[in-house]
Amino acid sequence: MTDRNSNWRNLALALLGLALITVAQPMQAQTVTPTASAAKEEQLLSTMKQIDGRISIPDQKASVLMQPAGQEWRKVHNTTMFWVGAVSILGMMLALTLFYTIRGRIMIDSGPSDRTILRFNGFERFVHWLTASCFIVLALSGLNVSFGKYLLLPLLGADSFSALSQLAKYAHNFLAFPFIIGLVFMFLVWVKDNIPEGGDLDWLKAGGGLMGKGHHPPAKKFNAGQKIIFWVVIGGGTVLSVTGLMLLFPFTGTVIADMQLGQTVHGILSGLIIAVMMAHIYIGSVGMEGAIDAMNTGEVDLNWAREHHSLWVEEVEAQEREADHKAKSVAAE
Amino acid sequence: MARMKFLCDADRCIECNACVTACKNEHEVPWGINRRRVVTINDGKPGERSVSMACMHCTDAPCQAVCPVDCFLTTADGVVLHSKDLCIGCGYCFYACPFGAPQYPKTGNFGSRGKMDKCTYCAGGPEADNSPEEYAKYGANRLAQGKLPICAEMCSTKALLAGDSEMIATIYKERVLKRGYGSGAWGWKVAYRETIAV
Repeated sequence: MTDRNSNWRNLALALLGLALITVAQPMQAQTVTPTASAAKEEQLLSTMKQIDGRISIPDQKASVLMQPAGQEWRKVHNTTMFWVGAVSILGMMLALTLFYTIRGRIMIDSGPSDRTILRFNGFERFVHWLTASCFIVLALSGLNVSFGKYLLLPLLGADSFSALSQLAKYAHNFLAFPFIIGLVFMFLVWVKDNIPEGGDLDWLKAGGGLMGKGHHPPAKKFNAGQKIIFWVVIGGGTVLSVTGLMLLFPFTGTVIADMQLGQTVHGILSGLIIAVMMAHIYIGSVGMEGAIDAMNTGEVDLNWAREHHSLWVEEVEAQEREADHKAKSVAAE
Repeated sequence: MARMKFLCDADRCIECNACVTACKNEHEVPWGINRRRVVTINDGKPGERSVSMACMHCTDAPCQAVCPVDCFLTTADGVVLHSKDLCIGCGYCFYACPFGAPQYPKTGNFGSRGKMDKCTYCAGGPEADNSPEEYAKYGANRLAQGKLPICAEMCSTKALLAGDSEMIATIYKERVLKRGYGSGAWGWKVAYRETIAV
């Protein structure tokens, strides 16, 4: 009797429990909204630069769901980088043209002499031209990436322009390595003559003697202007090399934000460096009589050297006298 | 004229990856490239959501704006296509794309990424519709056959919608109103500068 009673009680309790569950379930569905705790795009983007998640395909970099920073990169690439490059290069062309029309070619004031003096040995010239020839191809192929579609594409047509750009891209990627080697050698060969000194300030104050004829501030092997060029090439070239390598090896120790920053720095800096190098090319060729010889045969006119690098000529002559003296004293013994 | 878009209803996506598989199969996408992928956010935590993502075929597409050889074209339906003949594999579209859509067959090989590959909205490329050349480079052109992208057509929960912007937005709005919640049209603000207000 008691057994039967307890059985009935258990059954009643079970039914009551079941009834409670069935009543509770629809109530729960009405009060809980899955969105309340759900991941929300706007919220995620306001707290983070990109939305990352987990992905089940092997390509783990695809786990970045969204990176709106790409649109920022686009803006910088298509406006800032474009205008910095265009203005600095066209501005430098204009400045050099104006300088040429006003000042003309800088001649050797005392006229060419019949004697020359060795300014750069074979290795120095090799290093210069290795870096220079790579730089010219790198600059032109780089400019093609930024400005080619506006300047060359309408002239060549889509197919030819694409083929040219493909070649330019390979040239850009592979010549980067000899360029870097050239930079390293250039640094090693010339750093000792490019340490800034007090005399450089005087040279700069005199405007390098660029504007007035017959006035040449004293300078050693490299004047302050050349030292600036040297450090622009070494410093800028190093930054271009590092950022360039980041782009050559995508996702090698970098994420997309690093590559975007790297490209921005690479593009803007190279526009500025190209402008600086245009001035260097001008003054080393058409802009000054006798300057090209330094990198052509390595032998420069003595009068040119006395005017532009007076202290260096004195140094060299002092060394020669000393060597002569030693040789004579050796012969006398 | 229709404006073709994708819409992923993350509250329906069950991360089955069938869209990923169907896409790879339909277009014979090479090994290592996934034109579509499913990313799970807050994995294993409350509020976990999975989103199926591919090229969103943006309005004023960033890839098109930065391409140095101008290899992109936006069709009258708003589908962003590109020419693998013109592409030089520079990687710029990948830097600019907010959705990580452009991919390259040889990412690790410096200087030669190869031709960029991305979702074509099942609309092929600039070649003649459904020609063998088009298939080899871009895969099937379902749009030219009057079909929608395979990923959305076979989605088991119909989380992934493809079609005219207004039509899929209406479907999504109805769903949100009926069930009372919705975590939003993922990527729409970035890709199309609009969201679906419910």
